[in-house]
Amino acid sequence: MVEKHMVSISNLVKKYPSGQEALKGVNLEVNANEILALIGPSGAGKSTLIRCVNRLVEPTSGKIIINGIDVCTLGYKALRMQRRKIGMIFQEYALVDRLTVMENVLSGQLGYTGTFKSIFRKFPPDVVDSAIKLLERVGLLDYVDSRADQLSGGQRQRVGIARALIQRPDLLLVDEPTASLDPKTARQIMRLIVELVIEYKLAVIINIHDVQLAQMFAQRIVGLRDGIVVYDGTPDQVDNSVLTEIYGEEDWDQGKKRHAQEEDDDEDDDIDQVE
Amino acid sequence: MIVQTSVDGLRAWKKNRAIKSPWIRVLILLVIIAYFILASQSVEINFERIRLGLSRIGTMFNGFLRPDFLSRGKYIADGVLESVAMTIVASSICLFLAVPLSLGASRNIVPLPIYLVCRVILMIVRSLHVVVIGIIFVIMLGFGPLAGVLTLMLNSVGFIGKLLAEDIENIDKEPLEAIRATGASWLQVVVYGVWPQISTRFIGLAIYRADINFRQSTILGIVGAGGIGGVLDTAMGRYDYRTAGAILLVIIAMVLVAEYISSHIRRRIV
Repeated sequence: MVEKHMVSISNLVKKYPSGQEALKGVNLEVNANEILALIGPSGAGKSTLIRCVNRLVEPTSGKIIINGIDVCTLGYKALRMQRRKIGMIFQEYALVDRLTVMENVLSGQLGYTGTFKSIFRKFPPDVVDSAIKLLERVGLLDYVDSRADQLSGGQRQRVGIARALIQRPDLLLVDEPTASLDPKTARQIMRLIVELVIEYKLAVIINIHDVQLAQMFAQRIVGLRDGIVVYDGTPDQVDNSVLTEIYGEEDWDQGKKRHAQEEDDDEDDDIDQVE
Repeated sequence: MIVQTSVDGLRAWKKNRAIKSPWIRVLILLVIIAYFILASQSVEINFERIRLGLSRIGTMFNGFLRPDFLSRGKYIADGVLESVAMTIVASSICLFLAVPLSLGASRNIVPLPIYLVCRVILMIVRSLHVVVIGIIFVIMLGFGPLAGVLTLMLNSVGFIGKLLAEDIENIDKEPLEAIRATGASWLQVVVYGVWPQISTRFIGLAIYRADINFRQSTILGIVGAGGIGGVLDTAMGRYDYRTAGAILLVIIAMVLVAEYISSHIRRRIV
């Protein structure tokens, strides 16, 4: 059977040892080059779902097929080979604080590099070159030798983006990329991610609880509630009834007008270079 | 706990007590007092013996105040050098054993069976006091510094292994996930995700442990495991308090020097 979807998740269940059932049979297909935003309340299982895709979390049952390979059945070595093709960006950036920016970016290539070469930081010249290109692209060329903990939140997330992209992934998993950032930086980071995803022709799953950001940047929105997909559609179809379906009863119109105004003000600012 | 007060209608708040019932609280207090009374009666205090001992303290201090470095100077010098050598050898070899053990004893980076094995090894090593290990090695290997080195090594492995494992278990989990997510091997995860997070702590521990090892090497001589302690024991046994005083001064000076060097290095690194 030929898979027409890049990622196809079927009947995915995850039960934690505590008995909590985070995913209760999730079915989801992601196409190549698709920008998919996963929205839903805290505790809906968004993080668990994307962590199952590269098996940072072991699924209890179900199938996750990526490019024709069932990730759930892979052994240690094969899983590592599969993980190389899946980039990941984290909420708290997940940089190694005491390593330099360059080391953090290069760590994205560990799956392709021999252990001893990586211990002595001997990465192939073309890898180092693409690391430099990526750092230039995200505007951090001046910070190559800075330690990661010296950067601001937005800068750190840019390092996280570069680390994910140097893997040359087919699929990008993004877990709440903006939750720890101020609103302006959050938009810039989202814009940068989406631009790069289009540039590198990737499929991407973005966990995001900010519905507005999701609508702004995604092509498709999937709503998760209590471990089940409750909505799957385009951003402009997300209306108050959909939000209620995903998040529960709330006055969704309150405060919306003010938001709309802000959007106009911000329209013209570009991805700024880091000061 | 919110308490309803009647008069002015204000509601008061008091921190919850660990033991709710006042009866049990009073009972526990009474038991503790009774224990102290009974315990104090079981101690036999022999004032005659104390009076005798006081005069000996006098002769001892008299000797200590006029330390004699010279008459047994060669033994003191040899003893000190032996202690320093034991410390350096034991402190450096222990690192090669402690690091793998501490990695193995960290639940967040190894599977359960390896974790249990390493934890049990650490527990066994740590369950024995350094003097007891010293006696065992002296019986096994005879008198001399080899027994002392092995004793210090085993003791240090337990110490560093346990503390480092605790540090590894407390490291940030997210960077670890991120490195794993790139397809890195186990060793690469350790080198890129774990090591940078514990390296300064590790160096601090290693230096601190070298410090402790030197102090412990002085006591190991008393059970015959080499070092300055043996010379001290001999001097005390011969009531040669002037030499003993000299040895104590040397030990104190060496510990101070070690302390100074280690704190200096730690300040530079951390």
